[in-house]
This record gives sequence, structure tokens and C-alpha cells, in this order.
Amino acid sequence: MPSRRDPQGNAGAGKSGKQGWADGLRKLYDGVVSEPLPDSFEDLLKRLDKEGND
Amino acid sequence: MTEPSPDGPDTGTGKPFREALVALLPHLRAFARGLCGQAERADDLVQEAVLRAWTSRDSFRPGSNFKAWVFTITRNNFLNELRRYRRETQLEDGVAETMLVTRADQEDALNLNDLQRALDKLPPERREALLLIGASGFSYEEAAQVCGVAVGTMKSRVARGRAQLNVLLEETAAV
Repeated sequence: MPSRRDPQGNAGAGKSGKQGWADGLRKLYDGVVSEPLPDSFEDLLKRLDKEGND
Repeated sequence: MTEPSPDGPDTGTGKPFREALVALLPHLRAFARGLCGQAERADDLVQEAVLRAWTSRDSFRPGSNFKAWVFTITRNNFLNELRRYRRETQLEDGVAETMLVTRADQEDALNLNDLQRALDKLPPERREALLLIGASGFSYEEAAQVCGVAVGTMKSRVARGRAQLNVLLEETAAV
């Protein structure tokens, strides 16, 4: 059974800066995940379709 | 002899290959953004990696970890670009990394900018370790697979990256 992530770990204790980075890292990541895909990715999806049909 | 499926190999995600790949796009963008710190460059990296994954889809082993496979391609794409950049500019490693991760946009809140800047200062292997474990949702075993290292090495990189990040953030807070 794989060990699941422990982003806070020992860094979660103590100062707010230490406590905050793991949450901040997740916010940075989730912020990008929630962005709509840029238009440039439309071209990518079309290429996938085209190459998949070739 | 078995003919390859037109949908590509079984991804184990319950989705056809193309659909599974597209579903990962937001996560690949977030991972790449964290790695290189620049939105446009990150998107270019992801697009190249996704095309590579698509064209080499027959090399994916059904039953293996699809997400880890695609993240590995993205990560290798980033490292190849880093190496190419170093060769072309003949800069010392640290300088090349700093130039690669300089942020072009400042749209994030100030504290998240501080975090991104601190993240950018980490060596790439620690940065990717923290992103994979702390944000992308991989287990240590999966992250070790993505980076092609032993699980113990991955744990060490996370611990060192976490410690270094704490120091950098404390320095920022002290200014």
C-alpha cells in the first residue's frame, strides 16, 4: 500500500510561515487547475483528433 | 498478433486514452507552472508533452499508472529544455535555472508570489518532489516512479526541499 502524501509533515508545527507553505503550494496548484484551458489548447486538441484519425 | 486499439491502450482510468489525456491537462499545467514558474512556457511544455504522450501511446503499458506516465513525460520534457538551455547559453547551472524560472506574470496574491519565488529558488529535483507530493497528489512511491529514483531518495528530496523552503520563507518574512 503506497504511503500517501504528507505535505505538512513536521513543517506544519510552529510558525505560521511553516504552516502556510503546504497550503500555499496547494493553492498555487489548485489555482492553475481551476483555470479554463487557454485557446492555444484548442489547437492541441484538434491535432490529437487529426492524428488519432490518421 | 493483436492489432492496437484505435482508442489507444487501456489507461486503467475508465476512459479512452485521448479522453484520459485531456482530463489530465489542468493538472499537467499546474505541475509545469510550478516547475518552471512561467505560464506560457509551462503551457508550451505541456503541449509538447501531451503530443509526445499521444504519439507514443502504444508504448504505454496497460495496467501501469497512466497519470504517473504522463507526468514523467512532462517532467522529462522540462528537464530536457533545462539542459538544452544550459548548453546553448553555457551558463552555470544556478544561473540557467534562475533565468528559466523567472516569473513573467504577477497575477497571484502577494503571499503566493512569495511562495512561488521561494519555490523557484529550489533545485529542480526538490521543486518537483514538493510539487508531486505536496500538490499533485502522488504517493512517495508514485513520485519516485515519475522521477526515476528510489523511494528513499524521493523522501529525502521532499524533506530537504521542505526545510529549504521554510528557510527561504522565513528570510522573506524577515525582510
